[in-house]
Amino acid sequence: MTEVFTTSATTLLLLAQFGGGLKAAAGAPLLPRVRGMLDLRTFILLGTVLGLLAAASIIGRVLRRSADTTLNPAMVKTFRSRVNAWWTMYAILIAGFLVDFVFLSTATTVVLFGLVSFWALREYITMTPTRRGDHRTLFWTFFLFTPLQYVLVGIGSFCFELYTTMIPVYASLFIPARIAISGDPKRFLERVAKIQAGLLICVYALSHAPALLSLELHTSAGQPWAGSRAGLLFYFVLLVQLNDVFQYVWGQLLGKHVIAEQINSSKTWEGVIGGLMSSMLLSMLLYWATPFSLWEAPCIALVVSLAGFAGTMTMSAVKRDRGVSDYGTLVQGHAGVLDRIDSICFAAPVFFHITRYFFSAL
Amino acid sequence: MKLTAAVLSLAAKLLSGATVRWFECQPDSCQRIYFANHTSHLDALILWASLPRLVREVTRPVAAKDYWIKGPLRRYIAQTFNALLIDRDEIKVHNSPIDLMLKEMGSKYSLIVFPEGTRNTGEEMQEFKSGLYHLSRKRPDLELMPVYIDNLNRVLPRGEFLPVPLLSSITIGPPIWLEPKENKHDFLNRARAAVRRLKDI
Repeated sequence: MTEVFTTSATTLLLLAQFGGGLKAAAGAPLLPRVRGMLDLRTFILLGTVLGLLAAASIIGRVLRRSADTTLNPAMVKTFRSRVNAWWTMYAILIAGFLVDFVFLSTATTVVLFGLVSFWALREYITMTPTRRGDHRTLFWTFFLFTPLQYVLVGIGSFCFELYTTMIPVYASLFIPARIAISGDPKRFLERVAKIQAGLLICVYALSHAPALLSLELHTSAGQPWAGSRAGLLFYFVLLVQLNDVFQYVWGQLLGKHVIAEQINSSKTWEGVIGGLMSSMLLSMLLYWATPFSLWEAPCIALVVSLAGFAGTMTMSAVKRDRGVSDYGTLVQGHAGVLDRIDSICFAAPVFFHITRYFFSAL
Repeated sequence: MKLTAAVLSLAAKLLSGATVRWFECQPDSCQRIYFANHTSHLDALILWASLPRLVREVTRPVAAKDYWIKGPLRRYIAQTFNALLIDRDEIKVHNSPIDLMLKEMGSKYSLIVFPEGTRNTGEEMQEFKSGLYHLSRKRPDLELMPVYIDNLNRVLPRGEFLPVPLLSSITIGPPIWLEPKENKHDFLNRARAAVRRLKDI
């Protein structure tokens, strides 16, 4: 009996040493990784958002109950379904953070983002016609490249070169080759492009958001930043989502000049510019939760919001091409995961790279 | 057996992401014939799995014996779903599959059938085989429920064994019955149109 205990204790010790060695080899000391998950500032940020969500839910309820409202009932319904979607999203994200906080890892959050990618890709390919000859290619796209990308992101900075090149280089070369081998030349380029674009947007781009969790953050002056990386990820998701809301609200209030009627009739210049300004203001209000300074935060918010806007427009164009209003399911009428995350997908790489080059130890 | 069925149907539902819609009808455990378009091996499994549990317990998919008795795994799966196996090679007058189906149904079970006979490969549905007509003539009380299965042929096309997890949908439409004096050809065309119509809803 004692022997068993001694052996297992030794094994554990060896494992711990090995793990430490791996981390040292990866250039990431153990301590900041443990410290980096959650801190007081993040809890304040999370608490504020939960409070705002609760307020939004109550407003939604009151609006639905009050009969003599001047508001369009369809708008109230959209608002309520949006708020419910946010509840789900933040509940899942926060649950992921808490599990990771308890187990001192980043795995749960990375896996959660991986599942979102998987689901988004599923919606995208469902909407996109493919041919029989693409079947095997799609199988590898779903069951090899998507999980592999998130495994590499989960391993962290050590795999930076791999996770930034695997999909744009190797998967992008594999897809046409595999389709060619299947022997169906009809609309070859179109089919290749569809699958490549889906993988790039739904998986590659989105995976840059959880990749934030492996950065060693400091301020632009080079001072180490003691805050939490999970908090920074949360700040990013919040910023992009609220930017969508700001664009919508300003569009409804002032919107006159529609940008591209046939692509997305609700995006107006007034809405987008109003949204950008509001997001910049918001980022200045929340700058204490990030390693950015008071003037850096709005610059980053500007770039991130523009990327988010680009994402919404791009994914709208795909929807209009396919003649559907939402990704959701084959059944029309309820929005899917991809409808909610299109702006995050486009904003994640640019936010990651800015943070990595200017605010982290490379 | 029940556990395997539950696990398999959950796996099938996750894999196919199936949305189920009951269009102008409701789930019920009364005796029914669900007839659907046939595009994939998963059809019967997914349709069966998407029924509510109480309905599922009294519903049996009709499947080809020559395919489902090959190998222990297929036999086991067929048993799990309480499949009614029909011998496609040995169809004789005194031993017709229609009589077998009616006997096995008794006054309790509902059936899932694929009147196209075999999985279609093209976009359009094939002509229906006459089984549905004969069943309905002998048991006019049965509710004939048209079912349209969409996108499953992309999840697992013919001849593939690795599935791709796309989203599919199952639409179950309002029942039809054999009209008095309606001939076989008209009835089968009407039944096919009832399934086809669900595609665009």
